[in-house]
Amino acid sequence: MDYKKSTVHELHEKLVKKEISSVELTNAIYKRIDDVDDKVKAYLTLDKENALAQAAKVDTMIAKGETIKPLAGIPGAIKDNISIKGLRTTCASKILENFIPIYDAHVIENLKKDETIFLGKTNMDEFAMGSTTETSHFQITHNPWDLTRVPGGSSGGSASAIAAGEAVWSLGSDTGGSIRQPASFNGCVGIKPTYGRVSRYGCVAFASSLDQIGPITNDVTDAAIVLNTICGVDAHDSTSLPMEVPDFTKALRQDVKGLKIGLPKEFYGEGIDAPVKEQIKLAIEKYKELGAEIVDISLPHTEYAVITYYIIAPAEASANLARFDGVRYGYRNMKATSAPEMTTASRTEGFGPEVRRRIMLGTYVLSSGYYDAYYKKAMQVRTLIREDFTKAFEKCDLLLTPTSPVVAYPIGGNMSPLEVYMLDVTTIPVNMAGLPGISIPCGFVDKMPVGMQLIGKPLGEETLLRAAYTFEQATQFHKAVASLGGK
Amino acid sequence: MTEYTTVIGLEVHAELKTKSKAFCSCSTSFGSEPNTHVCPVCLGMPGALPVMNKRVVEFAVRFGLAVNCDIQKYSKFDRKNYFYPDLSKNYQISQFAQPICLGGHLDIQVDGKTKRVGITRIHMEEDAGKLVHSGATINTSDSSAVDYNRAGVPLIEIVSEPDMRSAAEARAYMEKLKAYLEYTDVCDCKMQEGSMRCDANISVMPEGAKEFGTRAEIKNLNSFRALEKTIEYEVQRQIQILEDGGHIVQETRTWDDAQGVTFSMRSKEEAHDYRYFPEPDLVPIVLDDAYIDKVRSELPELPDARKARLIKEKGLQEYDAELIVSNKKMADYYAKADKVASDAKVLANWMLGEVSAYLNNNTVEMDKFPISPEHLGELVNLIKKGVLSNKLAKQVFAEMLKADKAPAELVKSLGLEQVSDTGALQAMVDEVIAANPQSVADFKAGKDRAVGFLVGQIMKKSRGKANPAMVNEMIVKKLKE
Repeated sequence: MDYKKSTVHELHEKLVKKEISSVELTNAIYKRIDDVDDKVKAYLTLDKENALAQAAKVDTMIAKGETIKPLAGIPGAIKDNISIKGLRTTCASKILENFIPIYDAHVIENLKKDETIFLGKTNMDEFAMGSTTETSHFQITHNPWDLTRVPGGSSGGSASAIAAGEAVWSLGSDTGGSIRQPASFNGCVGIKPTYGRVSRYGCVAFASSLDQIGPITNDVTDAAIVLNTICGVDAHDSTSLPMEVPDFTKALRQDVKGLKIGLPKEFYGEGIDAPVKEQIKLAIEKYKELGAEIVDISLPHTEYAVITYYIIAPAEASANLARFDGVRYGYRNMKATSAPEMTTASRTEGFGPEVRRRIMLGTYVLSSGYYDAYYKKAMQVRTLIREDFTKAFEKCDLLLTPTSPVVAYPIGGNMSPLEVYMLDVTTIPVNMAGLPGISIPCGFVDKMPVGMQLIGKPLGEETLLRAAYTFEQATQFHKAVASLGGK
Repeated sequence: MTEYTTVIGLEVHAELKTKSKAFCSCSTSFGSEPNTHVCPVCLGMPGALPVMNKRVVEFAVRFGLAVNCDIQKYSKFDRKNYFYPDLSKNYQISQFAQPICLGGHLDIQVDGKTKRVGITRIHMEEDAGKLVHSGATINTSDSSAVDYNRAGVPLIEIVSEPDMRSAAEARAYMEKLKAYLEYTDVCDCKMQEGSMRCDANISVMPEGAKEFGTRAEIKNLNSFRALEKTIEYEVQRQIQILEDGGHIVQETRTWDDAQGVTFSMRSKEEAHDYRYFPEPDLVPIVLDDAYIDKVRSELPELPDARKARLIKEKGLQEYDAELIVSNKKMADYYAKADKVASDAKVLANWMLGEVSAYLNNNTVEMDKFPISPEHLGELVNLIKKGVLSNKLAKQVFAEMLKADKAPAELVKSLGLEQVSDTGALQAMVDEVIAANPQSVADFKAGKDRAVGFLVGQIMKKSRGKANPAMVNEMIVKKLKE
């Protein structure tokens, strides 16, 4: 049986009704992985033995008539920067090539309690630094809609696994757009929750003040289901928010009447590809049709968001990645004859060029004499960006923008790092302000999916889900199936 | 030769005696098997995050209040970045820009004068692990192992103003700090185990100069003696350079205890750029008045207050009172013994005399002293009642050190009771006077010294047990007959 585009909620029904078993489902997905992953290359590590054992356990539970959680027995894929005890976690880096974590991330603990299934770990940009999944040390992931194109990044493996039918749901992490942009490139739904909604404990840190784990799924309902499991305060993460977690599936109502949707003019400028803009405009029309009110707003400091991000994120990364020194775990250069030499050589050889570039950038902006000009200034601008959003939300309930200025572009393109960085202009401000953002499919350009981004108020996930769900139910974009063509 | 003024500021690190580490729940206990008190957080495993131990904040606030600091209602942590194999994350979580305590002070006494030493700030941070080298140093070893048991143990760093002018003042300040750390019960102050250690900033300037000289920072001094020796050495070294027409280089130096010298570790140019920035994994520490007042209300009696009380209520000399309170264990022992003893001053003399001598000679701490405070108090009472002479009391004391028995019991079992029985003494007096006609003649000739000789004879005869005061009186009476 083919489970492409099968959703968590549909499969849950089938499991409960005993139309399928979790073992059948899991085997079928592994079969699919066997069939297509040599083309897509979404996975870095598979864990078939444990996955099938878990599937059998859930089948037994169902046979005994036990009530199971919505994610129970449904196979998902986990980005390779999220720690699963005993399963290799590489961050797609040579420096962690053989690293086996000794503990579960908080989200993994929660998912295990719900008796879900982990198929394996997905490819990503090395340490989540990139927007194409090309900076992975191990392999390049290919976009299932056109295998010559990138899947986006950094959660490219988690998104392309969904698009190719190699997983039913997946987890990514989003520091500057790393869930939303690949979701958009792959025709999936991806949510970056409010900063602090999901514990970061066990997600290998890139930029601590920006990182957030979130789901990538086939539809909005599935995203709500995964959020229900992974959200909530965690005593191991001081920045996790002590707020009650609502049942997000209750927010899934087909109703946007009276909802005020803001269009920030800075997100519709020259940098956005005209055909992409065209699709977004159609989506806006659709919302009007569905009864939403559209308001023009401005986020005046948007133009500084990318440059500010590329000061703050590398600064935090330069410290976060300092622990990879060859002393306790990970890659070690064995030829060095002193401790400092060993650490230098291990890091030089263990990190790829993009990671080294960002560590150097971060080290530089924190250096004595430069701190005030760069880091301190960037933090001040960050406050201004946050205030822009606060003011905008006085006039509307959520914002609508393109998720990315472009659709997925060819692998191995000749863009400079700076040109690639600038493409994150639409997603980065959301992380800078700690807001929730969702990307949902809203059209096609050159047969490639276009994503629309909705940005919510802090803890405004329910409004986002409601608006996204209403659009999704009124359209067919999320049902389109990737061709696995182009090669 | 120019006269120089020495300027000293100290940065003292004190390990807080919380049960668990600063940012995880691992035990802080010392001396366990290597790497047995570790977890993903203190090992710096990928993805692990720190969580503030609230007791650490409480301890820092308690100590800050004790040394008269302004407790900051808003403070936060920063990352101090440097690579070293004992530092599991290769950054230390510390407080740089906004520490928890600012602006305190302590009063020290040197040569009978009281001096106020300012405390610039106190901040919280985590300790690093420990390197165990196969050879002498990291650079001369084939291999080194790392023990992370200490990684993440909470510290406070207490930074003084450059207010001290001599090694004696620096030592007095350090001793005072130690007393305050012990009284507030935030640190066990075991310097040899490194739970209290200090860095000294030392400079010299010509007497009367307005600007301080260039300073050298001497790292990791872990005894009072090392602190004093370092300062004495460093001051001479710097004066010598200036006298020879040279200039002092700002640098970090280290003290070599074996050779008794300091030597350069790194110059200002080679100094670390720690690239401090706010720790994004921890939220700021926000305290309110109610919290601070509660901690303040729970403060115990502090050394200076206890000293004042001993002077006022017990009539002790300031110097004696200072010595007793400077060691919390001794002060607590004194307080217990004082409940039993009938004379606080005699007790103080014993504490600072025999008891201190025993502790010094055997290098033990007060809590390992074999005699219970109650028994020492009883010994004082036996002296005061005239049951024991000082000399006999010392004998009893020596026995008590061997077995902590009630002194009255020992006096009996050893037959050391002082003879104060008039009849028995009179017999001895008569006998001795009869046997020493020359002394009697001397006395009659006006030589009072003869009395002493006769008393000595009786003491000898009684093997020290005769009550000397009574004997003296009886001899004089007899001679005057």
